[in-house]
Amino acid sequence: MSLDPATVRRIARLARIHLDEAEVPRLQDELNAILGWIEQLNELDVADIAPLTGPAQMALKMREDRVTDGGLREAVLANAPDRAGDFFAVPKVVE
Amino acid sequence: MLTDLTLAEASAGLAARRFSAAELTEAHLAAIAALNPRLNAYITLAADSARAEAADADAARARGEAGPLAGIPLAIKDLFCTAGLRTTAASRILGNFIPPYESTVTANLRRAGAVFLGKANLDEFAMGSSNMTSAFGPVENPWKPRGDAAAKLVPGGSSGGSAAAVAARLALGATGTDTGGSIRQPASFCGIAGIKPTYGRCSRWGIVAFASSLDQAGPFARTVQDCAMLLGAMAGHDPKDSTSADRPVPDFAAACSRSLRGMRIGIPREYRAPGMSGEIEALWQRGLDWLRAAGAEPVEVSLPHTKYGLATYYIVAPAECSSNLARYDGVRFGLREDGADLTELYERTRAAGFGDEVRRRILIGTYVLSAGYYDAYYLKAQKVRALIHRDFTEAFAKVDALLTPTAPSAAFAQGANMDDPVQMYLNDVFTVPASMAGVPAMSVPAGLDSDGLPLGLQVIGRPFDEETVFAVAAAIEREAGFDAQPAIRAGVAP
Repeated sequence: MSLDPATVRRIARLARIHLDEAEVPRLQDELNAILGWIEQLNELDVADIAPLTGPAQMALKMREDRVTDGGLREAVLANAPDRAGDFFAVPKVVE
Repeated sequence: MLTDLTLAEASAGLAARRFSAAELTEAHLAAIAALNPRLNAYITLAADSARAEAADADAARARGEAGPLAGIPLAIKDLFCTAGLRTTAASRILGNFIPPYESTVTANLRRAGAVFLGKANLDEFAMGSSNMTSAFGPVENPWKPRGDAAAKLVPGGSSGGSAAAVAARLALGATGTDTGGSIRQPASFCGIAGIKPTYGRCSRWGIVAFASSLDQAGPFARTVQDCAMLLGAMAGHDPKDSTSADRPVPDFAAACSRSLRGMRIGIPREYRAPGMSGEIEALWQRGLDWLRAAGAEPVEVSLPHTKYGLATYYIVAPAECSSNLARYDGVRFGLREDGADLTELYERTRAAGFGDEVRRRILIGTYVLSAGYYDAYYLKAQKVRALIHRDFTEAFAKVDALLTPTAPSAAFAQGANMDDPVQMYLNDVFTVPASMAGVPAMSVPAGLDSDGLPLGLQVIGRPFDEETVFAVAAAIEREAGFDAQPAIRAGVAP
């Protein structure tokens, strides 16, 4: 599978990363080189193998449903690039 | 010089009141002031808070309440959130981020009495094998090829600043994180020891996330024993990380003196890759001879899916990274670039904030998770990952540990491999399989190549059996008698 320029633009859009049109050809080449190298996995037949999501072979722990933290409004907002009172501020959103 | 002590020696010296934590910290701050402008191993220095922490350690000792690492100066990879101390992940997008909270691993180290000298440089978001992708500039490896003092080599990556700082005596030890080799490969390139413990041994809470099913914290130090002391303080269950293992932390330092008599050490035949350098192969053979001399029995084993490890990794890790890095949106913290609307704000912020390698991985990850490609790439990779995991399970039914080279080469020049991402990825060919399986693995310095550059050997163990890994690595360390020192180090700078 090889990515065309339109697919590169679509992926960038999905990832919310702006691309200058001039960057598309180089990125297309780099991504295709990586994906072409990954194709070697097609040599393997894995039809009957159960996927492994991670190595933590453990049952997830249950915990009591209670508040352990909170009331940290200023800490939460301390790194905000823009705020309005006790809220994060963003450009107006009208859909 | 105080900076030449091992962590264990410094700890004993502090306990015997031969010097104070304040003196030990000042010696390291002076070395950093002299060498960091050149090596760039630290992104952020914490001289004032380090002095205060050293004074606290001295006061605690005077009261008879010194913790196990009281007064020990460390470098902290700038991926661990430190409350009130800038944490950048070596990215423009977090260039001014001051965490309001402390990672569990660094909190554990603080509780043990450690002194934090500063935040160590790394590849951006820990994505790289050279430290060249840092937004704060490359790190210079303190080792020089014989007869070429002007050469600038990479320290490896991603934890390149941590490894360079420990090698150059700008810290007694350091924290790192390892997702596909980011502790072991820089340890090998810088001639020091480093261990990636079992997935789940250390809490990931408060560590800037890259690939959550792979990321694991671990220590660097100049000896195996020092790594064991550090890991003992870093590890432990944390209710805030549901994947952290709820099991006791063994006495890792005691395991370093265990006998290898009767132990079976596996040699995976698939690691003898075509094109392996003769020097690496010879070093590997010497490692086997050392282990045999220490009473262990080498056994050839097979890890049949080894060759698929890297390709699997470069689906799984980017997929998880594209999801984890979605949080950098310019709204709640970090860099913001304005846009006409919210979508443009996101797109401009992320274009300006992420470097080339991070962007590549986010795009690959987005693609392999996107509708129509998920099964062909991501699900397939998870299935191959199951096969790689099974390889290790079957091998560990026959042997107690595995011995392999850590990396396919010694440190390379800054700027090499930068044009070809796949060539750069091949650095991790020997380290990635253990990451995919979640098993513990350690790099220990074993010799020098013909250019006088350090090479490491990797010891891989069963899940949660770091003790055997430490025992085998310590035996290699004793037999190898590696005592070479980097050209650039505290007190010596050509």
